[in-house]
Amino acid sequence: MAYSEKVMDHYENPRNVGSFEKDATDVGTGMVGAPACGDVMKLQIRVNKAGVIEDARFKTYGCGSAIASSSLLTEWVKGKTLSEAQEIKNSDIAEELALPPVKVHCSVLAEDAIKAAISDYQDKQKT
Amino acid sequence: MKLPIYLDYSATTPVDERVAEKMCQYLTFGGNFGNAASRSHSFGWKSEQAIDQARSQVAALVNADPREIVWTSGATESNNLAIRGAAHFYQKKGRHIVTCKTEHKAVLDTCRQLEREGFEITYLSPQANGLIALKDIEAALRDDTVLVSVMHVNNEIGVIQDIAKIGELTRPKGILFHVDAAQSAGKVAIDLSELNVDLMSFSAHKIYGPKGMGALYVGRKPRVRLEAQMFGGGHERGMRSGTLATHQIVAMGEAFRIAKEEMVAENIRIEQLRNRLWNGLKDMEEVYLNGDLEHRVSGNLNVSFNFVEGESLIMALKDLAVSSGSACTSSSLEPSYVLRAIGREDELAHSSIRFSMGRYTTIDDIDYTIKLVKDKVQKLRELSPLWEMYLDGIDISQVQWAAH
Repeated sequence: MAYSEKVMDHYENPRNVGSFEKDATDVGTGMVGAPACGDVMKLQIRVNKAGVIEDARFKTYGCGSAIASSSLLTEWVKGKTLSEAQEIKNSDIAEELALPPVKVHCSVLAEDAIKAAISDYQDKQKT
Repeated sequence: MKLPIYLDYSATTPVDERVAEKMCQYLTFGGNFGNAASRSHSFGWKSEQAIDQARSQVAALVNADPREIVWTSGATESNNLAIRGAAHFYQKKGRHIVTCKTEHKAVLDTCRQLEREGFEITYLSPQANGLIALKDIEAALRDDTVLVSVMHVNNEIGVIQDIAKIGELTRPKGILFHVDAAQSAGKVAIDLSELNVDLMSFSAHKIYGPKGMGALYVGRKPRVRLEAQMFGGGHERGMRSGTLATHQIVAMGEAFRIAKEEMVAENIRIEQLRNRLWNGLKDMEEVYLNGDLEHRVSGNLNVSFNFVEGESLIMALKDLAVSSGSACTSSSLEPSYVLRAIGREDELAHSSIRFSMGRYTTIDDIDYTIKLVKDKVQKLRELSPLWEMYLDGIDISQVQWAAH
């Protein structure tokens, strides 16, 4: 599979790899995908009082495009408000990384991951 | 050491220099380019002679009669001709065929086509080690069974089926036995004068011959009849028409001749390399060998590195030419059907890498591979949420995952 330079760059030098304490109240965690399907993404965001994403971390089990999609996403969400981050579309990720059609599901997974992380953070604030 | 290191000999092998040299003598005006079917001049006679010699060389490796060898374009065509040709010829006797879920697609898809034509196929499940239980074959045989088709060596996991024992089940019942030997010829000793095998498929490019060349053994004692799948000039005793590709055939003959001479010593050397590789990897955490180690062809090692996805591992191992059972490396996005058939969970199938070694693999290649694989698996595991969960003591099989 011939990947774009951007995918290769994110794959070889993934940004923001790691984990936050998932029980912390200012952290939202999204875990999407399934091992049986060949990809699992864990995306975490740390949100400040103003509702801005200050930092992000990811870990991904999956192919090169899945790793690149989640790495790119962590770069994009930093500095965004929750509602701005909510607006990120899988098509933007697929376009930025020039994903081939069979790999578009990786960008869909990344969109699901940020939505899940935001919703986890918001649930925590209610309690 | 030359990078990338080629460790995909089960996919194809380079043509041996000696074979290439011989092959080139049968192409140009200065060489023997004649049509073996030309009976009226020496150009044709010389080609026919060369083809006869090659037929004897192929037959000699498997202890068959040269008259039992039919040239084809490769093991895929051999499998098609054997299965479809026998099924069609003997359909008045019965329309039931027994095969195995881990066969090559050239066998499985041929069987699927026969199903569409009204044949009934039993697809046996192998055991967890990849081997078919003889009692399962015995139980599957019926009065209307006309053919059993089982591969000798599996292309993904390298396990060797006990074709001698299977033949003992089929022959007394008058059921034909076809063996796909694409991965075994030249690697496992085959004596067709002893085995109760009626049809056997061979490939040239798996044993240092050229691509696009194969052969089918069609037994004479007892005599096996086939309905031709290719019509034309009646070449190969009517079983496979088409002008014989002299250069390809001569090359296959030379490749088989070399294999007969060198396979014993070569297998010892390759098995040592394979064992060196496995010994270098097996102590890593969460590493699983796919397929039986004992009943296994010398050059194959198929390993699952749990919590690491195969395609991303292959990307990380770009100094190595290997293949994976991961969905992402297949066009169908399905993980390896062979690994699923032996009961491997999907996640382990996604995490599998096949290393296959051959004539030009060196100890240095293997040592470099061990170091690289260990390093990259570690790196990708640090990136893997599943590895993190595993280290936290979470049982991943108990997690409710949302399938997508």
